[in-house]
Amino acid sequence: MSDPGEYGGAPEIAEEIMAGFRRTTRGVAARFTSGQAGILRNLVAQVAELVGGPGAAEQPPAGGPAEPGEAADKELPLDLPELLGTDGPAAPPEDPVLARLFPDAYGNDPEAAEEFRRYTEQGLRSGKVAAARTVLATLPSEGGRVRLSAGDAEAWLRSLNDVRLALGVLLGINEDYEHEFGELDPEDPREAYLHVYDWLTFLQETLVRALR
Amino acid sequence: MSVAPAEVEVERPEAGEDVVPDTPWVTIVWNDPVNLMSYVTYVFQKVFGYAKPRAEKLMLDVHHKGKAVVSSGTRESMERDAEILHGYGLWATVSHDR
Repeated sequence: MSDPGEYGGAPEIAEEIMAGFRRTTRGVAARFTSGQAGILRNLVAQVAELVGGPGAAEQPPAGGPAEPGEAADKELPLDLPELLGTDGPAAPPEDPVLARLFPDAYGNDPEAAEEFRRYTEQGLRSGKVAAARTVLATLPSEGGRVRLSAGDAEAWLRSLNDVRLALGVLLGINEDYEHEFGELDPEDPREAYLHVYDWLTFLQETLVRALR
Repeated sequence: MSVAPAEVEVERPEAGEDVVPDTPWVTIVWNDPVNLMSYVTYVFQKVFGYAKPRAEKLMLDVHHKGKAVVSSGTRESMERDAEILHGYGLWATVSHDR
């Protein structure tokens, strides 16, 4: 349905793919190739699992919360604190991506930072996983046209931003990265991810503009 | 990172309101190389209900000075603001304005 090769004779579709998000009369919309959809779904799912634990990217069962047992185990990392009413962690995450997604709220007061983290991190994690799930639920793996309601668009913005933050940490993105990375060896494994990062930047920028 | 003093907007009590003796707390947003200028402006408008010119000015302060005070008030409300901003992926901290 969305292999770019299929669009050889349909320039308006190729143009739509190049345009990113656009405002339409019924919400914002964008068109994705199957390749683009695959890359984006993969990255969004990875961030969801990093944030929410294994299985976090999967949709919860339609019948409500999972019953105890095998199915519940998959959801455990997400739902455990809510089920038990326990607090979240006090220490900042060791993973550098998680440390960026959940920064200390107090720069020079470790005790206050711990307290803040204990009461907010679990909810923040759930919110980021929910946004990722919205993207996965609205972006077909075969690509095609995606039309978003205002609420879904907001989730896409947050999720695209989370993925960009994660890639930013992993790639070492700084204010001068375009200049610095311009000298990358074409064989450098970061090269491909850099292109993805730039595409996601473009996609998020067009989405913000389409929402105004 | 700039060391320029952050602009602090203190909420003045309206006439007739009890004067709150506590010095206010502030939420600070720090510059980072990933968050888009357009997105940061969008978040300030969305979260604080600021008009676009004010949201844009705050965004530019973050971008050029390295940080900006984006809200002020009680400690609890500043922690709430920081939590919401973290939800959007912005790098926000809370501090006592003294």
